[in-house]
Amino acid sequence: MSVIFGKLTWDAIPFHEPIPLITSAVVLAAVAAIAVWVWRNGWWPYLRDEYITSTDHKRIGIMYIVLALLMLVRGFADAIMMRLQQSMAIGASQGYLTPEHYNQIFSAHGTIMIFFVAMPFVIGFMNFVVPLQLGVRDVAFPTMNNVSFWLTASGALLINLSLFIGEFARTGWLAFPPLSEKEFSPGVGVDYYLVALQISGVGTVLTSVNFVTTILKIRAPGMSYFRMPVFCWTSLASNLLILAAFPVLTVTLGLLMLDRYLDFHFFTNDGGGNSMLYMNLIWVWGHPEVYILALPAFGIYSEVAATFSGKPLFGYRSMVFATLAICIISFMVWLHHFFTMGAGANINAIFGIASMVIGIPTGVKIYNWLFTMYGGRVRFTVPMHYLIGFMLTFVVGGLTGVLLAIPPVDFVVHNSLFLVAHFHQVIIGGVVFALMAGYTYWFPKAFGFTLDERLGKAVFWCWFIGFHLAFMPSYLLGFYGATRRMQHIPDPSWAPWLHLELFGAVIIGAGIVLTVVQLLYSIKTREQRLDVTGDPWDGRTLEWLTLSPPPHYNFAVLPDVHGEEAYWTRKQTAIKMDQLIKEPDYQPIEMPVSTPVGVICAFFASVCGFAVIWHIWWLAILGLIGAFAVFVWYAWQDEHEHIVPVDEVRTNARERRRIRMEHLHSLSQST
Amino acid sequence: MTTEAATIGLTHSGSEDTGLGHRGPESKSIVVPYGFWLFVLSDMVLFSALFATYASLVNATDGGPTTNQLFDRTLVAIETLALLLSSFTCGLAMIAAKRKNMNLTQIWLLVTGLLGAVFLFIEFYEFAHMIGEGAPPQRSAFLSSFFTLVGCHGAHVTAGLLWIGTMMAQIWAKGFKEHIVRRLLCLSIFWHALDIIWVAIFTIVYLIGTLP
Repeated sequence: MSVIFGKLTWDAIPFHEPIPLITSAVVLAAVAAIAVWVWRNGWWPYLRDEYITSTDHKRIGIMYIVLALLMLVRGFADAIMMRLQQSMAIGASQGYLTPEHYNQIFSAHGTIMIFFVAMPFVIGFMNFVVPLQLGVRDVAFPTMNNVSFWLTASGALLINLSLFIGEFARTGWLAFPPLSEKEFSPGVGVDYYLVALQISGVGTVLTSVNFVTTILKIRAPGMSYFRMPVFCWTSLASNLLILAAFPVLTVTLGLLMLDRYLDFHFFTNDGGGNSMLYMNLIWVWGHPEVYILALPAFGIYSEVAATFSGKPLFGYRSMVFATLAICIISFMVWLHHFFTMGAGANINAIFGIASMVIGIPTGVKIYNWLFTMYGGRVRFTVPMHYLIGFMLTFVVGGLTGVLLAIPPVDFVVHNSLFLVAHFHQVIIGGVVFALMAGYTYWFPKAFGFTLDERLGKAVFWCWFIGFHLAFMPSYLLGFYGATRRMQHIPDPSWAPWLHLELFGAVIIGAGIVLTVVQLLYSIKTREQRLDVTGDPWDGRTLEWLTLSPPPHYNFAVLPDVHGEEAYWTRKQTAIKMDQLIKEPDYQPIEMPVSTPVGVICAFFASVCGFAVIWHIWWLAILGLIGAFAVFVWYAWQDEHEHIVPVDEVRTNARERRRIRMEHLHSLSQST
Repeated sequence: MTTEAATIGLTHSGSEDTGLGHRGPESKSIVVPYGFWLFVLSDMVLFSALFATYASLVNATDGGPTTNQLFDRTLVAIETLALLLSSFTCGLAMIAAKRKNMNLTQIWLLVTGLLGAVFLFIEFYEFAHMIGEGAPPQRSAFLSSFFTLVGCHGAHVTAGLLWIGTMMAQIWAKGFKEHIVRRLLCLSIFWHALDIIWVAIFTIVYLIGTLP
């Protein structure tokens, strides 16, 4: 049997554990219900043609963000379970989770929140926004873009499968050896972790190749480097980081797999292995990863600040240089993640100083946003709330980061809840707030109607207040000596703080529920909130030039860029002269065809990954052969483009011109 | 035409073509190899991590065999010669493809592939010999890192051979279409990059490892 099924037996299904079993049942039922509902409404063909096989960067971006939101719910469920356990298991009580289960939960929480929430969310925005802001029709490699998304989805699928079949890692979100070695983690948990991240990591590297090429080689005429919106700059920096950091992750996880599968000795305790090597390798990827998430977030804030302050971004060039400085310095600070491992005083000092230096360009950015608001006509919309909330929260998180960058301080508080509070403050206060701001800001561009403001503000306050209640006490607890990842709390005097933190987590949960409510309510009342002009916020960059939602080719004619704020310059000139540009000579447009190759590739990747996790070697080989066959089949096709006829382009463009003319008149009357 | 009209006009009169994509999107013949170059760079980063691993574990022999006892310079010299020669023939194949000469292209690609296969065969022999001598990758951290670094390069060569075979079939079936010649260019970039990495392996692993 083991030849056919490898390590897979009926024991892999958690029949005796109610929590995973109930969760699995609910998830399966929900998936089935949604599938039936979609099928009953006859939406499958639409989904298949417009989303699943789509090579359109906007559709792919939307799929990334949907994936991220779904995974956010899963990751948050883990978070609330941990908070509940920590507020119950105090003193004599043991709470409701066993240590084995609790350890899986915090490992899954970290892994999912970083790899399958933050990453797809950020990459989703890049997909949706960058080609529009650069004034072009699509990314450099549209088909590869689709493949990238499905590989990411495949990784997410495998991680969630570990809930139903087998187990997940109990090693924390970075699986440090020797704990993650076979000797101490004999089960399939760590293998799920490794394989899922390898598959999605390949997708991420392909994404970075795609976007670096797009930003450096595919821009509208006149869009020189210093005319690119800051979000494009930060996306470029972020993708350069991915390109240089993710291969290291691939190697690191690969070496650990060799240790586990073939008894190699990279990180083992015996055979000359060195687990310190793993720390260095994983953090050489891990620290840039933080900036891979943070830089695009800063880009979103830059767009929001300029748009809702009604003036150009203050210090545009300094913003670009700060972005590139962060991009470079972020590769020189990795050792601050393990000051206490004894690299030596001088090395610690160098990395400590480098870590503090990275605060300087970040400070430059903060002042730029503040000065952008200063003297502007600030509109306190939902994204603006997130920007201000971010600056208040992130500066404190940054300062505790500077504290942690001082090696002697780090010796005191390392691995404590102080650290947990710090990184949640910069990731939630920095990245999540930006993602929520971007979600509100670009939603009308994607779907043609705005999200409800009042509910949006309610969501913001839930996140803002909930975050501070849930994590600020952790700084204190860290000083009291509470270490991270505790399944049981020995000191009863910490109880009030832990209960306060649970309350905060519940408020964040209310915010997530309200996000869903906001979405449903906005869809229901979309007739009153239509975005007919394509420019609902009086925007300054090119994505607001097209209609909402844009035609699949984005622009009838590639916009011609003059001045630093491409769309704003155009708009102001048109208002002044009370006319649009003269009608261009429309041409037929060549667009990539949609393709099933991404889904099929990801299917084989998932099958192969599952087989590797369970040691079903024949199936793994079959999966690889299948993937190669799809590859060749795709390469054999000649036509990867279709032509949009010129009449269609002209009709759409004229309609858009008519709408823009009306919009222009209403603007010139208001100014 | 007033200056304002020029501002919303459609011309960039007098602006220089700087080669930085200011004149609109670049053509596919530039974009595709550029993207592939980026992928090759990420591959270089992957190998640099493996080199770092090897360098930090090279002395962790756990009482087992050391570099001096294992490596055979003559064998590696033949290996290197085969691979460098295959880079040359790969270049000849590209020249033939540029001239749309089907037979020569096929022949040179075949020679490239065969030289790659010779390289792989010798590497396979070396690995088998080491395992037979009681020096498998499971023996020590040094051997783990050696087999992984050199084996990863070998896996890349294997993928390259698969690609060469596929390309030969494709040119045979479809001729020298524009997108197929672009693919051939990417293949040659890949193949030369593997050579560069092999030169580093040859130096860092074998030459330094066999110093007296």
